[in-house]
Parts: sequence; structure tokens; C-alpha cells
Amino acid sequence: MPDPITVVVNGQEREFGGEMSLTDFLQALDLDPQAVVVELNKEIVRRPALGATTVRNGDQVELVHFVGGG
Amino acid sequence: MSTTAAAVVDQPLVIGGREFQSRLMVGTGKYADNDAMVRAIDASGAEIVTVAVRRVDLDRTKEEGILFHLDPKKYFLLANTAGCYTAEEAIRYARLAREAGFNEFIKLEVIGDKETLLPDVEGLLESARTLVQEGFHVMAYTNEDLITALKLEDAGCAAIMPLASPIGSGLGLINPYTVRTIKRRLGAPVIVDAGVGTASDACVTMEQGVDGILMNTAIAAARDPVAMAHAMGRAVEAGRLAYLAGRMPRREIAVPSSPTTGMLD
Repeated sequence: MPDPITVVVNGQEREFGGEMSLTDFLQALDLDPQAVVVELNKEIVRRPALGATTVRNGDQVELVHFVGGG
Repeated sequence: MSTTAAAVVDQPLVIGGREFQSRLMVGTGKYADNDAMVRAIDASGAEIVTVAVRRVDLDRTKEEGILFHLDPKKYFLLANTAGCYTAEEAIRYARLAREAGFNEFIKLEVIGDKETLLPDVEGLLESARTLVQEGFHVMAYTNEDLITALKLEDAGCAAIMPLASPIGSGLGLINPYTVRTIKRRLGAPVIVDAGVGTASDACVTMEQGVDGILMNTAIAAARDPVAMAHAMGRAVEAGRLAYLAGRMPRREIAVPSSPTTGMLD
């Protein structure tokens, strides 16, 4: 069994089952990779690289998208 | 809109090497709901539509995002850096927007004061220079200062966007002189952004010769946004046509319009 990890997601600490790819991470959060942009530890992870990038204990993730604005 | 038999012919609006069909640009904020937003934007005839970049609400991931309601094939989505108070923040948001979006354009805002939402010129110039170097087409929200506008143009911005009055204030075009001056002196497109309140404001603004207008609150906060959107579309066209027609000069004394000869004894 992998060790659970704590990741700060959009400013909140959350626990996940273990280290995983960002693709799986988004799936765990019920998010469509096409609809969000991922920033891992202050660096943008481009969509093609999501599957190959691992999120680890202590990482900071920001998930953003477009909203209404002026 | 029906076309008139006007003798004047307008040039197309070109920003960052791309041609746009409407000189009216609209924001997507402050609407009661997405349906109201779409109907108003549709009524306005706008092509360029601004959006903001924000955190996903992790408790509401099943809600449809704004892209569900705005077809990127029909509208040109212009992301903004609203809410950014430093160059570093604005650069960060611009890069995120480019990754999320559909084009290399960014409406750059670096705000200096929460009450007035006036731009922080230092931060604006710094972030504009960086983002231009990174290949962005930067449309920069700025103040009425000609010198700042010239510096933004020198930095390579695709458009300069002086405010009419503070964001969301509805005060209209407070200083036509400075906007006219900026338009006269710059080669880059000048789009007035912020502060327009009603149709006459939009018309007067276009009469200064600027290339377009961006507005949000004026439409979204009207009692009937769809009606106001219609009005704004017409006002922008009317103002542009009046500008191209070349207005009569102003005079301090009256000049009669009817003949002064042929009067009865």
C-alpha cells in the first residue's frame, strides 16, 4: 500500500491515497483535464505532460480555469 | 444593423495582426446567470469577450464552466489579469491564461489601488515588457497619461487601453481630451476600457476616434442588459460613423441655418 500524501490544492490541505500522476490526480478531484490549467509548485504543467508528472507529498497545486470577468 | 449609403468606408479593426468584426468588446462578469450573459453578449454584436482566470471551486466541479456557454468558435476569448496587483502576479496569470485558452492575447491589468482600481503604471510597464518578450499580444489597461501610453507602445503592446473612468463606475468619458490625444499620438490601436455607463458614453467615446471600446458593467448592470447591449452596439457604430463623417466645428456664437435675406418688410 502506498503511503498517503498531503497536497495543498488551491490553498487547502487535502489527503490522497499516494503519489500519483497529475492525470489521476485530476480524476480523483472529478476534473476534466481539458477544462483546467495545472500549476505544480508554481510551474505550469502543460496538458501533454500531465500523465508523466507525479504529484508528491507536500506539493502545492493550483487548479485554475476561465470564469466570467471584465 | 442595416448599412447606410454612407460615402465613408471604415478600415477593419486589426489587433495583433488579427482582424476583428466588431469594435464593441464586452466582459462576462456581473451577470445574474450564464443565460443572461449569453443573451446580452449576443445582442451586443461583440466578437471579443473577456474572461478572468480563477481557482476552480473544488466543491462544484460538476458545474459547467464558462466555456460551455461561450462558443470559442463564435467568440474571441480574451483572458484578463484582473485582480493582479503586482507585475509578478500579472505575469503568472497571463501564463496560466495562455495555457488555458485559445490564443496568445492577454488583457493586462496591474492594479495599484483597491478603491479606484486605477493601474499601477510601474508594474504595468514591467509586466508588459516581459509578456511581449514571451510572445504575448498584450492589450494593456492603462490610465489617461500620454507618456505611459507611449511607453506601452514602445514596449510592443498590441493595443493600448486607456480608461474612460474607473472600472464599474459608469461615469462615462471623464476626459475626452486625453483620450483624443492618446489616439492622435499612438500608432497602435487604442481601445477605451472601463467606466462607460450608457449608450451616449459609448458614442462620445467613439467620436474621439478610438478604435474600439471594452465594457462590462454598463451592460450587465443595466436594468435590461439585452436592451442595453443592443443600444451599445448601435452607439458604437453611430459614434464611429460620426467620427469618420467629420463633425462640424464648434463655435461660441450662433450661425443661422435659414437664409437671412428675403425677410418681409
